[in-house]
Amino acid sequence: MESLAFLMQGFGTALDPMNLAFAAIGVLLGTAVGVLPGIGPALTVALLLPITFKLDPGGSLIMFAGIYYGGMYGGSTTAILLNTPGESASVVTALEGNQMARRGRGGPALATAAIGSFVATLIATMGLAFFAPLLVKVAIQFGPWDYFGLMLIAFVTVSATFGSSPLRGLTSLAIGLWLGLIGIDQLTGQARLAFGVPNLLDGVEVTTLAVGLFAIGEALHVASRHLFNDEKPIAIKGSIWMSRQDWRRSWKPWLRGTAIGFPIGALPAGGAEIPTFLSYTTERKLAEKPEEFGQGAIEGVAGPEAANNASAAGTLVPLLTLGLPTSATAAVMLAGFQQYNLQPGPLLFVQHPDLVWGLVASLFIANVMLLVLNLPLVGLWVRLLKIPLPWLYAGILVFACMGTIAANPSVVELMMLVAFGVLGFIMRRYDYPIAPVVVGLILGPMADSALRRSLQMSLGDPMVLLQHPGSATMIGIAVFALLAPFVFKGLARFRQDED
Amino acid sequence: MTFFRSRLAAAWLIAAGAASFAPAAMAQDLELTIMAPAGAGGGWDSAARALQEVMMSTGNARSVQVVNVPGAGGTVGLAQFVQGAAGSPNQLLVGGITMVGAIITNKAPYDLTAVTPLARLTGDPLVVVVPASSPYQTMSDLMEGIKGDVERTIWAGGSAGGADHMLSALITQAAGADPAKVNYVAYSGGGEALAAMLGGQVTAGISGYGEWQGQIESGDLRALAISYPEAIEGIEAQPLKAQGIDIELVNWRGIFAGPGISDEDKATLEQAIAKTVESPEWQDLLKARGWSDYYAPSDEFTAFIASESERVTSILTSIGLAE
Repeated sequence: MESLAFLMQGFGTALDPMNLAFAAIGVLLGTAVGVLPGIGPALTVALLLPITFKLDPGGSLIMFAGIYYGGMYGGSTTAILLNTPGESASVVTALEGNQMARRGRGGPALATAAIGSFVATLIATMGLAFFAPLLVKVAIQFGPWDYFGLMLIAFVTVSATFGSSPLRGLTSLAIGLWLGLIGIDQLTGQARLAFGVPNLLDGVEVTTLAVGLFAIGEALHVASRHLFNDEKPIAIKGSIWMSRQDWRRSWKPWLRGTAIGFPIGALPAGGAEIPTFLSYTTERKLAEKPEEFGQGAIEGVAGPEAANNASAAGTLVPLLTLGLPTSATAAVMLAGFQQYNLQPGPLLFVQHPDLVWGLVASLFIANVMLLVLNLPLVGLWVRLLKIPLPWLYAGILVFACMGTIAANPSVVELMMLVAFGVLGFIMRRYDYPIAPVVVGLILGPMADSALRRSLQMSLGDPMVLLQHPGSATMIGIAVFALLAPFVFKGLARFRQDED
Repeated sequence: MTFFRSRLAAAWLIAAGAASFAPAAMAQDLELTIMAPAGAGGGWDSAARALQEVMMSTGNARSVQVVNVPGAGGTVGLAQFVQGAAGSPNQLLVGGITMVGAIITNKAPYDLTAVTPLARLTGDPLVVVVPASSPYQTMSDLMEGIKGDVERTIWAGGSAGGADHMLSALITQAAGADPAKVNYVAYSGGGEALAAMLGGQVTAGISGYGEWQGQIESGDLRALAISYPEAIEGIEAQPLKAQGIDIELVNWRGIFAGPGISDEDKATLEQAIAKTVESPEWQDLLKARGWSDYYAPSDEFTAFIASESERVTSILTSIGLAE
């Protein structure tokens, strides 16, 4: 209960009018940069660091936290409305969200994303406040073998979930895995598949791939069919608010998304993307109407959005308790702590409880502000879809190119964007799912290094993967998930034969 | 949208800078662009932004912009800088020992002889640690362990071919084992490696002292030695040299100007940086960030880079990362 007293004290700090103002500025800036593809919260916080140096530590850290949460939030808006994910964590949101938006249900999609993010952040921030020290003890026991097990589960579920057939899903995944191999290998420092192009040495940027495949591919697709097809997205059909049914279908995915997102976000190499994939798959499996997935199922927006925001709160667990930044934004925030002579780590909670709890309290406040800011804007945002198609897609093209150039000013990057756009167009034309490509690019290198680190630590003995209970269990689940559909199909046939 | 504008303004400044050959300006009129050849949040980015902050607050420059050009251990930024900043009096580049290594392992088209070294700024000690539960109490225990079984001594640290990896190879060599056999598990940074240390998955770890300071002070990690040539105030762990192991390796960072700048421009920039480094603001900032002052003026820095390049090449060759 000591935590609770500290938290109350923290609210005292955070409710100071100046700090409230910092939280509001942070949230606004965060939402703005989240909307723009390419300009992430990390860059924003880095740009603001020298400015905030003059402020007191509490105020500026509160503002940074606002930017962080706001960025996670803003990324979903463009994903839903324009099929242009602003952050890699909102790639999954685009899948169902954009389908909903085209069918006139952009309002409920944005609302379920906003409220889901709110609920997830609220629960996850409470988790951060009360379980951080405990959670981190579990998280550091997570060895490379366990990460490999987690990746296997993600691969199996993803390839089975997306696309009209597992073969198409696997083909797309393979393209992603291949793209993931490009660049300097983390474990040996040697270049792979870079063909002497220096810009390829750091690998393919996830946002470049996602924006190319989703936004540019989509624009090309629409342009190619424009003359023959006058099917237009419907801006608004029915209420722009969530109906009773929307609420009923959303609340469980929110909670499940949070339960998936927070612990994975707290893992030192968990990230925000894996939980969104896992949440999407879970919702699809559990949905009452799985046939709606791919056509705009609200569960497919509610779950992943909750998951990515919960993981953002999870990221703060290793940052505050270990001083371990697990995302670029967290790394810049760490520099922010250091600029005030604060060393995040095991001693931070003891040495500066006022600051830590002030930060946690302001996360709650930033969260409320985000909801207040976003819900009234839903009506305005959906009007974007009323813009005539050629204008809208021309705008998206400009937007996508500018974002890519801002994040990485190079001609090679722009050429890759266009190439991925063409790839996205071809894949759409021949009905291959796009999301597994992005999944492969994100998870491939992680699985690669996790497996090789495990083998390095075991001196080449593959049994290491089965000797640890965590990885053995996860590999078991992955194998079961892979084989179960075939087995059940076989059993069903067997029973039919008996009849 | 202001971020967009400032990015565009920065890009415009590069273009303008490359085209203009303004006469040598007074130091306080300098309008500079510093390129951090890495993404936001890394060591070079924070060094560039620290310099930006202090140069402006001490009045040694009127305005300073920082641009990030990430990629391949800084070699992408270096190549762009060599081409874009030739002869320019107002463009600077941050770099360090990792870039020296990356140039060699990536067979980069340009090395640091292509740019004009202005000053060496900071030098951070690396620290050798073991988990609190480790049987190794001293550096010599660890060396014994390496000698006993080099492959079972698993190291964790930052990127392959970086300063951490180099130090593990030097220690292995000093212990009398083959550095090509070092079992070094590379992580994307000290943070991720920290989790492997705390989880007890590896034998020993290497990182910048500042990154693990919290865990060392709380007793979760045991620091056996630092790689700095002499003892540092406030750091309990003693230098490798003081423990009879003849190794020093400093994670230094420096600042460079473009190729072929005029002598007057070079003198102006050198002077502005020398004044900045002497200021109490810079000293306070170093203390706050846990960085060590490792300043050396242009001539000394140029000679230093030559000797470091040679040394890094031989270390990387011993590991098998360079021919």
